[in-house]
Amino acid sequence: MDLLIFKAPILIVQASLDGILLGLLFALIAYGMALQWGVMNIINIAQGELVILGGYIAYTMYQLGIHPAFGIFVAPAIMYFLGWGLYKLVIYRVVDRDLFISILATFGISILTQQLMNFVFGADVVVAQSNFGTTLLFDDSVTIPNSKLFSAVISVVAAIAIILYMKKSKLGRAIRATAQNARAAKILGVDTEKVYAATFGLNAAICGIAGSLIAITFTLHPYVGLPYTIRSFMIVIIAGLGNLPGVALSGMGLGIFEEFADYILGTEFRIGAVFLLLVFILVYRRFKLSRKREYLE
Amino acid sequence: MVAILELNQVYKSFGGIKANQNISLEVEQGSIVGLIGPNGSGKTTLFNSIVGTHPIDSGSIKFNDKEVSELPVPVIAKLGLLRTFQQTRVYGKLNCIDNMVVSHKPTKDGLFSVFSVMPPELTEKAEKLLEFVGLYRKRKLLAGDLSFGQQKLLEMAMALMNEPKMLLLDEPTAGINPTLINGIIDRLIRVNGEFGITLLVIEHNMRVVMGLAQRIFCLAHGEMLAEGSPENIRDDQRVIDAYLGVQ
Amino acid sequence: MNRQTILIIVLGIIGILLPFIFPAYKLQISFLWILIVLALTWDIQGGQMGYNTFGNILFFGIGMYLCASIQVGMFFPLSEWTASGGEKTFVHEPDQFFQGFFVGILAAGLVPAIIAALIGYGILGLRGHYFAICTLGLGIAAGEIAGGIELIGAGQGMTVPPWPKGIGDTELRAEFFYFLSFILMVITFLFLKWAYQTRFGLILNAIRDNEDKAEAMGIPTMRYKIIGWVITAFFVGIAGGLMGNMVGYIEPVEVAFAGATLGVFMILMTILGGKGTLWGPVIGATVFHLFKEGFWTYFLGWQYVALGLLIVVIVVFFPEGLMGWIREKYPEKFGETVDEEDQKSSVEL
Repeated sequence: MDLLIFKAPILIVQASLDGILLGLLFALIAYGMALQWGVMNIINIAQGELVILGGYIAYTMYQLGIHPAFGIFVAPAIMYFLGWGLYKLVIYRVVDRDLFISILATFGISILTQQLMNFVFGADVVVAQSNFGTTLLFDDSVTIPNSKLFSAVISVVAAIAIILYMKKSKLGRAIRATAQNARAAKILGVDTEKVYAATFGLNAAICGIAGSLIAITFTLHPYVGLPYTIRSFMIVIIAGLGNLPGVALSGMGLGIFEEFADYILGTEFRIGAVFLLLVFILVYRRFKLSRKREYLE
Repeated sequence: MVAILELNQVYKSFGGIKANQNISLEVEQGSIVGLIGPNGSGKTTLFNSIVGTHPIDSGSIKFNDKEVSELPVPVIAKLGLLRTFQQTRVYGKLNCIDNMVVSHKPTKDGLFSVFSVMPPELTEKAEKLLEFVGLYRKRKLLAGDLSFGQQKLLEMAMALMNEPKMLLLDEPTAGINPTLINGIIDRLIRVNGEFGITLLVIEHNMRVVMGLAQRIFCLAHGEMLAEGSPENIRDDQRVIDAYLGVQ
Repeated sequence: MNRQTILIIVLGIIGILLPFIFPAYKLQISFLWILIVLALTWDIQGGQMGYNTFGNILFFGIGMYLCASIQVGMFFPLSEWTASGGEKTFVHEPDQFFQGFFVGILAAGLVPAIIAALIGYGILGLRGHYFAICTLGLGIAAGEIAGGIELIGAGQGMTVPPWPKGIGDTELRAEFFYFLSFILMVITFLFLKWAYQTRFGLILNAIRDNEDKAEAMGIPTMRYKIIGWVITAFFVGIAGGLMGNMVGYIEPVEVAFAGATLGVFMILMTILGGKGTLWGPVIGATVFHLFKEGFWTYFLGWQYVALGLLIVVIVVFFPEGLMGWIREKYPEKFGETVDEEDQKSSVEL
């Protein structure tokens, strides 16, 4: 009991810090999901698989003797073209269709990607060592791996860079115009087809960055993608589609929740807790809206 | 006079927009009442408030002396207060007969009536009502394949199938072939007379509303601007100003 | 007797004779009946009502675990059973086996139905993709949580009581489960065939086409949505209980709450056959199962790649399914032919 009282504050600090750093990474992935959701009206279940695939790119570099941190440049470049290709192959056929069709089609892509990753990279859990060392706080009682700090900083920098790109560049403006009103943008000469492909590519690139950060901070495994999809979905529905500070905040909130769930319930229930939280949030929102006689749609 | 619908100081706003302010009105049982007003004056919002689509901010709405402003949509509809939509809403993948049959209000609506078999009399009744609105030959078509105007007529027939006490019609003649408008006025008068259904009609077509309504309410900027007989409303300077935009 | 009734009777007789014609495939065909039940019940939400759910696997898994736990727990301590690898330490007498099985199957139907009724009000108030994602979360959360509970074997899973010794051989066991799953399928089919002809079916379709309109017409839509889900949960739960016994071994993520396989199969089969039709799920499940069993072994480890491709191809190129295709070709078979003149006639008042 004494031990618990002594250790509890440290655990809280540790869990909160871990959660915040992790949450910023979640927020980056969620931003990608919000982007394609807002612009193309697509919910991409394969989002998590794109992230993991990005991670495997960094891991491959690590195996070739290149520092995996450089993955944050290489992975997005490769993933951008992959996303573009995926759009041209499949996604463009589901853009204007029923949302469930896009959910199911990307679910298929997700299963497909998992399996292909399983063949290429094997079913083992892998890590790309960054050798960044750790930072110790409060008399060495709180440990923060530097790789996590690195990943949080890069997440923020990447998000800011993308936001600036969306504001300043011609393509960025076309994307935002399409998001607001695709038909009007089309009439005004925006090539929406190209915008969609670029958006999907951009999202894949974001996943590439996030994936290489995951490769050095956490572990990779072909089948751990879906939780990342669900996390992003959750962050987006809490924050809304166009609300960036909200995305960052709910990302950090989710990160903290997960770390605490991990400590309190045990690691075996961590993912279960994430999925249950999703259900609770949706049902809570539904009851809140139903008092106004509205519903989530 | 017996009021079937009674609104008292109803307020409704969306964010900063005051859609309805201090609306009070009474609709006499068995009458036909018109609701007019320029675009954006809050007519459809008022309809939505009455049938419970959204809660009102304050005020009271009484239907048959029963407060309904706190009740959800299906419950209000079951009390016998129905509405049709400005943009038609029908069950697109069902044929017209099924659209009608499913609109019938079962006398007993308990848990056991969920699996009740639809009696063949309902189909006969549906066919009669479709004949009444001129859609008999279309009865086997999918409702989604009908034209906009035909869907409006179908919606009206579906509402009649439900045997309401009062019917709120949101622009019944908008988008309908002009040659049919006289027919619709005639049908609405018969609905009122033969079926005994009180009507509250939003209508932009002045010829229709003047020929139909015994009493007219006029909204402007979310507030009640004027009320009275068609003649009074027609001559009311405030109403004319509101429509023409003169301050 | 109309043609459909004759068809159903003929198929029923074939179903009874099948295990004697193809004795080697009894178990395979039993799985087909289970798949048809899953597809038929998925179609209540996904096809007839327009609520695309990923969560029916929840009831399947609960039914499976519950049935097995009761079968064991009625006679032996469950925690020792799972810890010791089950049947090696404890042996069910024939009486015990059948008593446990009977109670277990009953609970596997009733408990999921009750759960569906309890959570239905919250979950079914969501619409569109929010409903889809929420049910997806529900199914996966259940699998993850089951994988953490020691009592039912956690991630390692648990065994189901094996067929008792002394009453017939494995052939009898296979026939026993064959006919149970066949009966379950027939009851599900006939029940839905009847239910879709009542007010229930018509209102589900109304909800699918325009839920707001249905509410505005005074239909208590929530009641119908919950009843539909309860029916689904009941049949899916029993299917889960049966499946657990047929497989003999329960594992949380791959067997019980198998969202990535069975959970998607039931959607895929229904879409393949044709959503919103009575025969669509039956045809879809049969075609899918034949295809899967016939070709699965040739893919040698590439099964799931093929599955992913199959999903994409079916939903992107074939969303109306086989029945939709037949309907388009032969609309008169669906009572949809409309007199040309009626179609063109103008409305007169």
